Amino acid sequence: MAVATKAKSQTTKQPAKLKPKKISGAEIIYRSLEREGVKYVFGHPGAILLTLLDLFLERSKIKHLLIRHEQCAAHMAEGYARASGTVGVCLTTSGPGATNLITGITDAYMDSIPIVCLTGQVATTMVGNDAFQEADIVGMTRTITKHSYLVQSTDDLAETIQEAFYIARTGRPGPVLVDLPKDVLLGDGLYQIPEKVDLRGYKPTTKGHPRQIQRVAEAIKESKQPLLYVGGGAIHSEAHKEILKLAETAEIPVTYTLLGAGAFPSAHELSLGMLGMHGTAYANYATMECDLLIAVGARFDDRVTGKVSEFATRAKIIHIDIDPTAIGKNKAADIPVVGDARQVLAEVNKLVKPQKRALWKKRFQNLRAEYPLSFDSPEGAPIKPQEAIVALSEEVGDKAVITTEVGQHQMWAAQFYNFTFPRQFISSGGLGTMGFGFPAAIGAALARPDKLAIDIAGDGSFQMVMQEIATAVQYDIPVKVFLLNNATLGMVRQWQDLFMDRRFSEVDFDSSPDYVKLAEAFGASGRRIVDKEEIRPAIQEMINTPGPYILDVIVDPDELVFPMVPAGGATKDMIVRDSRKKVLQGKLSALPDN
Amino acid sequence: MRQVYSILVNNHAGVLSHVAGLFTRRGYNIESIAAGPTEDATITRIVIVAFGEENELDQIAKQLRKLYDVREVEQISYNQAVTRELVLATIKAPISQRSEVIQLANAFGAQVINMTDDTVTLEASGNDHKVRTLLKAFEGYGISQMARTGMISLPYDGMPEDWEPIA
Repeated sequence: MAVATKAKSQTTKQPAKLKPKKISGAEIIYRSLEREGVKYVFGHPGAILLTLLDLFLERSKIKHLLIRHEQCAAHMAEGYARASGTVGVCLTTSGPGATNLITGITDAYMDSIPIVCLTGQVATTMVGNDAFQEADIVGMTRTITKHSYLVQSTDDLAETIQEAFYIARTGRPGPVLVDLPKDVLLGDGLYQIPEKVDLRGYKPTTKGHPRQIQRVAEAIKESKQPLLYVGGGAIHSEAHKEILKLAETAEIPVTYTLLGAGAFPSAHELSLGMLGMHGTAYANYATMECDLLIAVGARFDDRVTGKVSEFATRAKIIHIDIDPTAIGKNKAADIPVVGDARQVLAEVNKLVKPQKRALWKKRFQNLRAEYPLSFDSPEGAPIKPQEAIVALSEEVGDKAVITTEVGQHQMWAAQFYNFTFPRQFISSGGLGTMGFGFPAAIGAALARPDKLAIDIAGDGSFQMVMQEIATAVQYDIPVKVFLLNNATLGMVRQWQDLFMDRRFSEVDFDSSPDYVKLAEAFGASGRRIVDKEEIRPAIQEMINTPGPYILDVIVDPDELVFPMVPAGGATKDMIVRDSRKKVLQGKLSALPDN
Repeated sequence: MRQVYSILVNNHAGVLSHVAGLFTRRGYNIESIAAGPTEDATITRIVIVAFGEENELDQIAKQLRKLYDVREVEQISYNQAVTRELVLATIKAPISQRSEVIQLANAFGAQVINMTDDTVTLEASGNDHKVRTLLKAFEGYGISQMARTGMISLPYDGMPEDWEPIA
């Protein structure tokens, strides 16, 4: 509507042959970002960006945040995008400014996160000359973006940026890079954009084929033991309501991937929690026993399936995904449906009739009772990371958006935190980027001022990005770091523990910073705890202290993440509990025949 | 199996390397690649011949379709399309064998484009089968130099929908 009136007023306004006015490249970019509804730009300056940066001084519609390392700018943009569902934006200079983004861009690509990265570039006349701070960032990012642009003329700027945002947020979302040569920024050009983006080679299918939807509904009706397997695509398409409706109507248990956490309430009676390498035993057993597996926005990743030829072998596979290349890539689908998860499930829900599955329900309830997630916490022992997370979940619950770094703490967070709403859990899944969680929490805090942004961190990951405390302090972003400090790289140590005869090579930190002093050195606050009794009071203190805060929780370095399906192994090879205490390996009682 | 892809792409810098990159990432050797303009100046046709497992080849086609600059991808079987390749070959042909070589060239409809005391350079075009047979026929004389364009291809127009290729 707004577009139509705007177009009208433009035509009435131009009776005479008024030449459209040219404006500077920097001005075009600012206006384009404004038009896309951008509120925050995460950036680091460089000489090439001077004219654009200048605009942030006096205007207030878009806030530019000066971050300390470009990789974190990309992660902050990701955190913002993951928490808000809108496109995150970062802006860096050419050469090293651009190459430092690469890890963040790859992370966004692997997890289908919509971000737009604007990078400065040397002048078009210098491109290819090995000029100062030149890097072929378009060439480098070609395989880690949905698309990369090198803008050749100021007249093309507005349309290119419009396209970049369109591509980033539509279809299977992902990162888009726009490389901005100096002369394109400095030059004058027309602010001209088409009313509607129409890209001939890019037309994502959102509506599922009616015949396939019919087949999905029939398969659900015929199935005795169906299972919903929900991935990150369900979050992107906001399919959570449709999933809940389908699960409750047809009584289908739900398991989710790391990126799908939050798409279905963790504590729901039909929830089986996370599946996969460190998923719950009952979710993994359910994949072995189900006769129908309904994958929604998930991609049968190796961390989910283990040995894929032995994954869900009894099940007919329904695969709903907006990306046709995800379907049949790792596991052949019996009923493929290309389309947006929410739209497809809404159609499926119109056809599905209420159904009761008493036997199946009893079976997965029994599995859940027989193999619960568990840990021991003897009196006087060090704090167990799991109990710290349980306490955090009980103390803050749905008041918080949780981000994580990568490693053991990430798995425990996914296992033990009680997730209640989509976009509550933000984690680096596909790429597994250590150092993701803290900058992502800063982005999430800006996206969700109504929530508390908490990074459940490991000390190994946090040390990679701790310079960003300065950013959080500078802009008074109240991000909280819940640091599970075991002074080691826990996940690698766990593999050495299990598979390398406990030969712990190159994982222990013999020197670690004092994280409380570190926080204080940056102007933030913090506290260290070592006793179980301190956990809850310290969490309350963390919540109630304004500004950034590090809660340094000293935890048992010998604690391992279980269940565990060894890499490359089949689900049936799962180690359910800590073998040093009680062996429960691959011992699944009474597998029914159907 | 062997697969011919006919790919229509936007005529932009870097598209060819992007398309080729998809094959290299999966470890597939491209047997031949030919790119050239089409009737629309903004569009280039790339024809790629590659070997691989059937499901992998289908996966590559899907991934190609996902690229922003790729308009259309067709996986072509021989019976459904005209395919042609141009080959230039210098054949060892001392005077004693020259007429024999030229006679053989004529049989394939190849043109003589250069001649020295001991070589004959030929130009020939045809489908994959013809080019291979031709090169085999001259193998005995010795081929001292050769260049091939790689296959180009156009689907047959007006193919009936229920038409089934002869296996």
